[in-house]
Amino acid sequence: MSSAANIAAMQHKVPPISLRRRVTDHAMTGIAILTVIVVLVPLIAIFGYLLVRGLASVNWAFLTQTPKPPGEVGGGVANGIVGSGMILGIASLLGVPLGIGAGIYLAEYGRNRLGDAVRFTADVLNGVPSIVIGIVAYAIVVLHWHFSALAGGVALAMMMVPTISRTTEEMLLLVPQALREAAYGLGIPRWRTTLSITLRSATSGVITGVMLAFARVAGETAPLLFTTLGNEFWNLNLLQPTAALPLQVYNYAKSPYDDWHRQAWAGALVLILLIVSSIAAVRYAVRRGSFGTA
Amino acid sequence: MANPAFHRPDMPGLQPVAETKVNNTPAPRPEPLLRVSDGEMPDRLFKYAMVACGMAVLGLLALIIYELVLRSSLSWHSFGFKFFATSGWDPVNEQFGAFPFIYGTVVSSLLALIIAVPLAVGVAVFTTEMCPPALRGPLSFFVELLAAIPSVIYGLWAFFVLLPLLSDHVEPLLARTLGLPSILGWTGLFTGPSLGAGMLAAGIILAVMIIPIISSIAREVLMVVPQHQREAVLALGATRWEMIRIGVLRNARAGIVGGIILGLGRALGETMAVTMVIGNSENISRSLFAPGYTMASVLANQFSEATSNIHLSALVEIGLALFLVTIVVNTLARLLVWTVTRGQPASTHV
Repeated sequence: MSSAANIAAMQHKVPPISLRRRVTDHAMTGIAILTVIVVLVPLIAIFGYLLVRGLASVNWAFLTQTPKPPGEVGGGVANGIVGSGMILGIASLLGVPLGIGAGIYLAEYGRNRLGDAVRFTADVLNGVPSIVIGIVAYAIVVLHWHFSALAGGVALAMMMVPTISRTTEEMLLLVPQALREAAYGLGIPRWRTTLSITLRSATSGVITGVMLAFARVAGETAPLLFTTLGNEFWNLNLLQPTAALPLQVYNYAKSPYDDWHRQAWAGALVLILLIVSSIAAVRYAVRRGSFGTA
Repeated sequence: MANPAFHRPDMPGLQPVAETKVNNTPAPRPEPLLRVSDGEMPDRLFKYAMVACGMAVLGLLALIIYELVLRSSLSWHSFGFKFFATSGWDPVNEQFGAFPFIYGTVVSSLLALIIAVPLAVGVAVFTTEMCPPALRGPLSFFVELLAAIPSVIYGLWAFFVLLPLLSDHVEPLLARTLGLPSILGWTGLFTGPSLGAGMLAAGIILAVMIIPIISSIAREVLMVVPQHQREAVLALGATRWEMIRIGVLRNARAGIVGGIILGLGRALGETMAVTMVIGNSENISRSLFAPGYTMASVLANQFSEATSNIHLSALVEIGLALFLVTIVVNTLARLLVWTVTRGQPASTHV
């Protein structure tokens, strides 16, 4: 028997992939595609319902009026939109500088045990339920003053800090070390390098992280339930109970009135649109380069 | 710039002949553009400020623990450990036992995991291993869009769309099939009236909410599995599914489990959507169709209305328990994910 014939015989003996294995392979591909479809169905359904039911009820009055008394038809969520703006403004004023500062610490000074502890704490804080954050804000603000926009802002700020610090760190670490060294070589002090060179190069990433945190807290309802409390009227005082859009959606949804159910859908649509458009606006501004370059 | 060592023809006053001594002494050094001592002080201040921001993160955790422990001590001293083991939540007679809420939280979260894990892992496997590259970006974008929807909107949708669907179609169907005595009827899980609002509804909406978390982490973990692992298994004659099972999933196990636990952490603390669909009943029922109550939803419903100190304290104690459980769960999850991605921060802040 020649060796060539031997090799030919061996090649012939490689068994074909059995039917069972081929069927399993195709079945698994099919199942994976099915899971994707199943996951996308609720997404499409939620956005579909929001658009259909929400668009039917959003009108000028809804955006410019305050709520009518229970049972009366009409009214709007203007005070909730403004109240949410106040709460988110306070949250951003407190949370963004602190978060970015913690991010700078982690990236520039935190390559040590203490930094690891802060990093881990931030990751763990990210998972603390928002309602627990609400309790803490209640204990440190409401118990000493009053139900207020300030208390809600403090609660949301506490949720923003861990997220922002971690994304800021990530973005600062992407800035090449050579850029920092070049700045030191020019005799620029370290603080100036960090602020004007490192942070500035990472601006668009940092802002994206801030917007992610903002979007996450903008729709939060649980920490506002017993901090800002809600309000049916206009209130621009930061130390008084304030209306908030997510709270209004929640209260309208669980009310017995059909007209309020309608308004809950409209409020939800407005909430989503406000979140998406604020993110889009900042992204656009960053792309335009008015905040520096990536 | 008025350095006397330099000869300036426009200043006739300086005559080198008359000032011979100047040439003997060494010329004073030009002023440095920046003195080292100038930079040190602001540098140090800046560093302290940044360190303070970093420490604020630690302080935040300490503050949360301090406030929760302080405000719940009254309840802890009154009821002790049996607070967590007894039923009966009676604000009027000031008797509090949190067991029904713990039961509801655990059951609804486990139900959510049972539904979400296969779907989330399937989506992750499809996006990393199977789908055409052009589809990969949009697909993961859409799945992560699910994570951007506020919890109250999930609740709204579930309340008006999912609940009628469950009570009219899904639950009767389940009762007719899985609920038959010959199949799973003996468990009692699928029996009883189809109310809509209940454990099943909570489990489903929680599953929808945690799928993006689990699947984005699973995707991240699958992507760090080295390419040569896949090639090696394929070279042994494996089909694609065998390659995924042996070469990819087995290597990414720890990270996927980490993602699942992270999803569990989110499900345990989820408030608004669950509060709107679980039915808020303190009775413990074996049936998944029956209403229940969770730790987070009792806080949402009663905290602002609690009048007595002991009621408030009992609620804070539930919050403390919830906090501790999520801390443990999240720490475990982070450690598992870190072992796979080697310390790179997992993007879980969605």
